[in-house]
Amino acid sequence: MTALLKREILLSIRAGGSALTGVLFFLAVVSVFPFAVGPDTKLLSHLAPAILWIGALLASLLGLDRLFAQEREDGSLDMLVMQSHPLALTIFVKALAHWIMTGLPLVLATPLFGVMLNLSPLGIGATMITLLAGTPAISFIGAVGAAVSVKLPRGGMLISVLVLPLVIPVLIFGVAAITGALEDPAPFTAPFLFVCAITLFTSVLGPLAASIMLRHSAD
Amino acid sequence: MSSETIKPSIWAFANPTRFMGFANKAIPVLVIITFLLLAVGLWLSFIAPEDYQQGYTVLIMFIHVPAAWLAMMTYSVMSISAIGTIVWRHPLADVSLRSAAPLGAMFTILALATGSLWGKPMWGTWWEWDARMTSVLVLLIIYLGLIALSKAFDEPSEAALPLAVMTLTGFAIIPIIKFSVDWWNTLHQPASVSRLDKPAMGPEFLYPLLIMALAYMAIFFTLHMMAMRNEILNRRIRTMKMSAARKQSVTIPNEGAT
Amino acid sequence: MKLIIENLSLSRAGQEIVTDISFELSAGEALIVTGENGSGKSTTLRGVAGLLPLSGGSVTLLDETGKQFEGETREYCHYLGHQNGMKPALTVRENLDFWQKFCGEPDLTIEQALEEVDLAHTIDLPFSYLSAGMKRRVSIARLLVSDRPIWIVDEPTAGLDAQSSKMFTNLCQTFCKGGGILIAATHLPLGIKTEKTLEIKALR
Repeated sequence: MTALLKREILLSIRAGGSALTGVLFFLAVVSVFPFAVGPDTKLLSHLAPAILWIGALLASLLGLDRLFAQEREDGSLDMLVMQSHPLALTIFVKALAHWIMTGLPLVLATPLFGVMLNLSPLGIGATMITLLAGTPAISFIGAVGAAVSVKLPRGGMLISVLVLPLVIPVLIFGVAAITGALEDPAPFTAPFLFVCAITLFTSVLGPLAASIMLRHSAD
Repeated sequence: MSSETIKPSIWAFANPTRFMGFANKAIPVLVIITFLLLAVGLWLSFIAPEDYQQGYTVLIMFIHVPAAWLAMMTYSVMSISAIGTIVWRHPLADVSLRSAAPLGAMFTILALATGSLWGKPMWGTWWEWDARMTSVLVLLIIYLGLIALSKAFDEPSEAALPLAVMTLTGFAIIPIIKFSVDWWNTLHQPASVSRLDKPAMGPEFLYPLLIMALAYMAIFFTLHMMAMRNEILNRRIRTMKMSAARKQSVTIPNEGAT
Repeated sequence: MKLIIENLSLSRAGQEIVTDISFELSAGEALIVTGENGSGKSTTLRGVAGLLPLSGGSVTLLDETGKQFEGETREYCHYLGHQNGMKPALTVRENLDFWQKFCGEPDLTIEQALEEVDLAHTIDLPFSYLSAGMKRRVSIARLLVSDRPIWIVDEPTAGLDAQSSKMFTNLCQTFCKGGGILIAATHLPLGIKTEKTLEIKALR
């Protein structure tokens, strides 16, 4: 499994640097917001957690469509499936690698974009922690979407439509936790724990559901 | 043979092998010029008097303003290279375009970072959605997008035309972006920005600034030529590896022959 | 070791492709599957490899004492389909190293396996630099780097020249002599002594 993790990370570095593209997309989304809402610093800093979360959400969806479709096209999927170790574990590792190469760079880029949106240091810290806890859920749920649309030649758009509604809870609790950290009466711990719980839950459910799908999608 | 005599023109360097010969001779000279200009420019910058309004922070300008100029100049170099790719399909034009993009991105980042360092004491914030900074940020995104595009192809020569077309499209749209960002900014009337009205610049500021700009240009041309040389060598390595896979005898074009 | 296929039926999109295929293979035996295009050769092989759900029949793998092997049959198979299953962005070594670690049971080292397919000089080159025939040979080397008792190969010599095809039949003979079971869809005579053939006729 470490071999698989290593291969996935190596592949995403070699093939044009998906980490770079993800962060770039994040940057583009974040910089487009002020054009829409206006350069009002106060308003932007108020909206910053939401902007960063939406940007991260959209950027995390990148590359999901290739997660299994690429393996299927070059024939690797057959051998990935014909193993004694559980397929769900293989999928878990692939989703984890996807997160390391798209989600994690977003978390690391957050301070920079937080400063641009005039977010306070506390707000930046809270955003980073919630993104760190929440974005893996997007990759795990995304793995189900990727498995379901593995045979479709243009699955990318469909995956976004399928996955976005399912990650709404992560967004709700993630932004709620940041608000909790910044404004006094609102709690931070409870929504943050919800984010962690959703990630842990989907880390099991996602790979299992995707493995059922992949077993039966071979043709 | 007489029909093959090449007039000594810019086209003489358009052959990658000739270019390599030229680059090997030119780079040491360029490096020396760069260091001289940079030394003089920095020395003049540091002995420049304090500004009555900005104090020592004005020194940042000597780093910042040329970087912003170079960010734009690099894009022009890339656009000219793009025309070379589209019109003549010349491999060297693609090499030039590809090697300039990371340099342009670096100058843009330098301009943004130094602008941000200047903004903190002057405006009280690291970042302000001011028209000028915002359009430079858009330029950075364009640069990074082009770099990502250039790396997205398995076979580098396949990326040449897409890259050139995208660069020129960007070149055509950049004035519109600049105009619309200015318009967007005045529409919203930013409250917190105390606009800096530039007083007529005295010669004690102007000379160091101009020499720094020349130094930056020298840095650009040195690095650009080095990057082009690397890119050509990389492509040769690639070709040699591919023929090595086929177990064919590899002939290396001789550098000194021309 | 014995591979028993009984009344195998497979369907695709509700349409029966093959019905009632039965055969038995013991250690060291090879089965050559022939048939026209579209007769269902590939489907049969994928069914045996456990890549397609069976619509009827069974695939069982027994050991010498007649006891069933632990787990699914597919865990004991190498499958080489029409695609090579290699990543163009990785080097030959990285590709094979991954499959060796991922499939477990290391057999030949990567260097030895590449020597067998006469590609030792490409070990550190990106897979994408190779020609179609060389890519095929690398994927044949994949069968050698980890030890699995059953090889299921679908048109293994597609894109190979005469010399490389000969090399592949030699590898198959060695594999069967060592007690392996080989199922191949190919028109090439493999020259294995204990060779059975199965001709699949298209339904309809």
